[in-house]
Amino acid sequence: MLDWLRQPWPWYVAGPLIGLMVPALLLVGNRALGISSSLRHLCAACVPANIPFLNYDWRAESWNLWFVLGIALGGFIGYRMMGHPDAVAISAATVRDLRTQMHLTDFTGLLPRELFGLQTLATWRGWLFLGLGGFLVGFGTRYAGGCTSGHAISGLSNLQWVSLVAVVGFFVGGLLMTWVVYPFLF
Amino acid sequence: MNVLKYLGLGVLFGIVLTKSEVVSWFRIQEMFRFQAFHMYGIIGSAILVAMVSIQLIKRNRLRSLDGQLITLADKRFTHGTWIGGTLFGLGWALTGACPGPMFAQLGSGVAGAAVMIVAALIGTWTYSALREKLPH
Repeated sequence: MLDWLRQPWPWYVAGPLIGLMVPALLLVGNRALGISSSLRHLCAACVPANIPFLNYDWRAESWNLWFVLGIALGGFIGYRMMGHPDAVAISAATVRDLRTQMHLTDFTGLLPRELFGLQTLATWRGWLFLGLGGFLVGFGTRYAGGCTSGHAISGLSNLQWVSLVAVVGFFVGGLLMTWVVYPFLF
Repeated sequence: MNVLKYLGLGVLFGIVLTKSEVVSWFRIQEMFRFQAFHMYGIIGSAILVAMVSIQLIKRNRLRSLDGQLITLADKRFTHGTWIGGTLFGLGWALTGACPGPMFAQLGSGVAGAAVMIVAALIGTWTYSALREKLPH
């Protein structure tokens, strides 16, 4: 059992557990699963300026910030204390594509150091992946009113057609970046 | 006490996201290249389990531990739904992380995740400042 827990978890274990987060939060305190809102609460708490969208009682939503702090702790426990392989076991086809198209050579860790290591901040590409990438995540999720958790999981499971539109948008953006923009970057 | 419940659920969520490698840029690339079922299986089964749970909660008119009748707000469509959704998708493929995984990555010790989170906060702040001028 312990050995099994230390391996990467298969989709049919992880997916249902992620799905159960939705009823768990509802049953604990009538809260809807959604993570990108935490970014808004942090902005409202730290730099509200005179922006109407950031002047509200963020403390009433502080459960979301504790939840996100928990996620960070969970990342520490899950990665540092529960074992992990040197490299994520992605498909051979993906490894081949990333080698030939993006010239990656180091496949260890959760993310490629060649693109996300802090040393990349000395290059335009590092700012693109870390800086622009992060910016688009923060800007886009708030503009869309949710992210993968708020729209894809909470929204779709509650049969919200609006969330389906958002999720189609997520994939249109992701596919455009991967198939159309990436070839110009490498 | 309330705080501990949400902190605890967050820890469980973070562990699942990390152990299933949802927090890995490599897995997200594999997904956008349609080269494995892993991510689709996770997202699909998560939605299915959540959908059945929500139906059970609604039909039985369950209350939360603190006594509230459980309700779910409807999401409202705006032009931001698709414009913002597509912008997020572009960022998702770049960083390989949606907001939850960014925090899990930070906890796992990925220093770059701190840069992503700060950039995401700047993005959210910028949207908030420009909100009145953007099409909705």
